[in-house]
Amino acid sequence: MRLTCPMCGARDRREFYYQGDAVACARPARDADIPAWDDYLHLRDNPAGVRRELWHHEAGCGSWLVVERDTTTHEVHSVALVEAPA
Amino acid sequence: MVELSAKSPCAGLLPMTIGGVSVAEVDLGRLTSIAPYKGRATEAAEDFKAAHGLAYPAANRATGKDGSRALWFGRDMVLLAGPSCDDRLAQNAALTDQSDAWASVTVTGERAEEVLARLVPIDLRAAHFKRGHTARTLIMHMNGSITRVGADSFLILVFRAMAGTLVHDLKQAMEAVAARG
Repeated sequence: MRLTCPMCGARDRREFYYQGDAVACARPARDADIPAWDDYLHLRDNPAGVRRELWHHEAGCGSWLVVERDTTTHEVHSVALVEAPA
Repeated sequence: MVELSAKSPCAGLLPMTIGGVSVAEVDLGRLTSIAPYKGRATEAAEDFKAAHGLAYPAANRATGKDGSRALWFGRDMVLLAGPSCDDRLAQNAALTDQSDAWASVTVTGERAEEVLARLVPIDLRAAHFKRGHTARTLIMHMNGSITRVGADSFLILVFRAMAGTLVHDLKQAMEAVAARG
């Protein structure tokens, strides 16, 4: 499996670390209620198909990436920086 | 008073030459990482050029030459190797002295690409990785920085504590390449 890092180009899977669902990017508001935080921290769906995931290019540029990946075919649809470069 | 003398990261390990490929330790001088503050990359690049007379390297590129080199060193970071970093850069970027933190070696020889092909998961052949190109990638299991500094010469940086492992991994790859004749 290879991921095309927007900074470094196509790189081997060894260079990346998988973090989890990209829901982590959608942090609830400071004053959100407890169920909202519970959902954000702990509740995850586990569907087969296209997922939005967070990967870290730890052995490369160090960017956090949002990867759209199909868990049934291993197809990678897109790789984007979590945040646009400064 | 005990007289202490500085020891280089690869002291006692290098140089070595196997099968026409040579590995030597290099003293890059001062190493300073330059990390521009958010939204101030352009200003930091201008400061850098004005202070050091070197182009601020774009992603995956290196500028300068032996004695004064700037390596792209990851997301929003450049490593200045050689001179002390000018203080005026501090207005737009975080500067960190990393002089003692890295082991730096050059791998030189006609078959240097073949040696590194055994250790590095990216294509380092000249058609793809030219002089002035740099990459943050793996050397075996270690994170490192690789820069092509000549037609058959690469500069490799890994964490200082990994110097022994780097030499070991390079030695094994060099022996394997040499054994193929």
